Amino acid sequence: MQHVSAVREPLVTGGKTYHDVTQDVCRQVEAKPNVRWMAALSVALFLFGVFLYSVYRTLWYGIGEWGLNKTIGWAWDITNFVWWVGIGHAGTLISAVLLLFRQKWRTSINRAAEAMTIFAVICAAMFPVLHMGRPWLAFWVLPLQNTFGSLWVNFNSPLLWDVFAISTYFSVSLVFWYTGLIPDFATIRDRAKGPIARRAYALLSFGWTGSAKHWSRYETVSLILAGVSTPLVLSVHTIVSMDFATSVVPGWHTTIFPPYFVAGAIFSGFAMVLTLMLITRVVFKLEDYITLEHIALMNKIMMITGSIVGVAYITEFFIAWYSQVEFEQYAFINRATGPYWWAYWSMMTCNVITPQLVWIRKVRYSIPLTFVLSIIVNIGMWFERFVIIVTSLHRDYLPSSWAMFSPTRIDVGIYVGTIGLFFTLFLLFAKFFPVINMAEVKSILKYGVDNGPTYVEGHGHHAHAQHAVTPGVPASAPVNYNKHD
Amino acid sequence: MTKRFALGIFDDEDVLLHAIENIRAAGVKIHDVFTPFPVHGIDDALGIERSRLPIAAFFFGLCGTSFALWMQIYMLGFDWPMIIGGKPHIALPAFIPVTFELTVLFCAWGMMITFFTVCGLYPRLKVPVLDVRSTDDKFVMAIDLDNDNVDMNRLKQLLRDNGASEVNEKEMTQK
Repeated sequence: MQHVSAVREPLVTGGKTYHDVTQDVCRQVEAKPNVRWMAALSVALFLFGVFLYSVYRTLWYGIGEWGLNKTIGWAWDITNFVWWVGIGHAGTLISAVLLLFRQKWRTSINRAAEAMTIFAVICAAMFPVLHMGRPWLAFWVLPLQNTFGSLWVNFNSPLLWDVFAISTYFSVSLVFWYTGLIPDFATIRDRAKGPIARRAYALLSFGWTGSAKHWSRYETVSLILAGVSTPLVLSVHTIVSMDFATSVVPGWHTTIFPPYFVAGAIFSGFAMVLTLMLITRVVFKLEDYITLEHIALMNKIMMITGSIVGVAYITEFFIAWYSQVEFEQYAFINRATGPYWWAYWSMMTCNVITPQLVWIRKVRYSIPLTFVLSIIVNIGMWFERFVIIVTSLHRDYLPSSWAMFSPTRIDVGIYVGTIGLFFTLFLLFAKFFPVINMAEVKSILKYGVDNGPTYVEGHGHHAHAQHAVTPGVPASAPVNYNKHD
Repeated sequence: MTKRFALGIFDDEDVLLHAIENIRAAGVKIHDVFTPFPVHGIDDALGIERSRLPIAAFFFGLCGTSFALWMQIYMLGFDWPMIIGGKPHIALPAFIPVTFELTVLFCAWGMMITFFTVCGLYPRLKVPVLDVRSTDDKFVMAIDLDNDNVDMNRLKQLLRDNGASEVNEKEMTQK
């Protein structure tokens, strides 16, 4: 008794029932780890080993192990920091902003995207902490009275704002993510066969029973968390951009930075979500949940934000010319034609030209092309941060101190190592946690399908349910379109 | 204390919503309903009042705002005034980012702690689940048999008539 509505496309394909959703998502949590997962985890752990070695070198021998010099005091470290934080932004955008806009397709991807946020912020945090040189004194950034007297931290400094922004962002994202996980942990707990799994998921599920009252409060909490996370996510990259924008360095000192950085963050974040989702849906056989429609929608967001970034690049150039400030003009001409021209033009090609291909419907719906595009965008966004940071610094006001930056093995090791850390965390998440929010997907299962997946014949509920749920709706209107909105 | 519950198992949330209305209209008190996902309209059907968590969230946020402003003004304005970049000691515009972040932090954490407390959610090994399928694909309506003093046979018929696919009886030890 199912027929597909002509009005709206179903968000989940394959005519899934509620039980199918549970089965499909719990399958890999309950199964023994397969060979492909083990292989991927080994590679990630190897890279994580590279990270540990590079960190050991950095801490034992000092920051001199990096390629920084007197002129270029910030290079790969801050590039990687901004890159990772930016990637994290897509997760919050999907879970919070799309929730406020009632974009129901987000339900299939929000769990993994939020996990990506948390892991990306962990990777990002490594860089400023390691750049401190003595990370065991990292607590000095907190407003604590120190042992030498009551000297406080400087609340006028954007770097301190960053401390508050990143730590708030991390902890609020973690809470948001965990709250969403609780009902799904309960599902796994109630299915668990082994005593260890049952106990572990019982602890993780916080004793969730699915009581109607709890769900009602849960929904309220989700909505408010989404409401506060939305300005939060915008504030985080705004503050990151202020690290640059408030310093009087030509190429950094621009008011356009906050919106430009936020757009860039969402752009790179969606690219990373796409990369991860395209792999996840195949490896865990979730093609019915993360459909081509999802991929096309994410591609569209990538295209829009990529275009905003493109406009920002051009605006920067225009303003440099229009400002008539010689140093500003030089900074930009040097970016495009100086010794780092290759970085600049890689950035322009990857970030401005490639996302425009998404206008073509075939590209938007093609899995291999989307995958390649998402990787290109990630590379382009790394170059964007590199260009902004290194090309603005390497030729300062004093030509005798002009320099070039060349990364050392340790620079590369830490960067590649954080990718290992990220994938180690993500693979562990994908194995032991439900990668799709089962409860939310179940709640949108009837979207676009006239009669639900578990239609009970003989009770005639269809006609009754109409007046029970949506009193104002004419009898001919299919009940389910309105119910979940 | 051991309590006896009648459990009406439903397969579909539309049937459930309709059943809740009819069963309440028949004068039977529903103890609770357990669902695998948030069913919209169930609050009205069960007569659950609107949560006051948003009010709590607002006040937690307000605490964050005041704490952040107090902290920055006290530290840089009174406890150890310093001239930084020629700005006034209490440079309010520069205090806004930290104030905003702490507002969000207090609001989110305060509300979550309240949510976990009022729902009685905390890590534990034993979880009182009446029917394990309620976290998978079944909608379970629990009716307290001791409190309501209802006749089980009549109740069975009532639940069946309203679309329950099975009706069970279960004892549950409660604190």
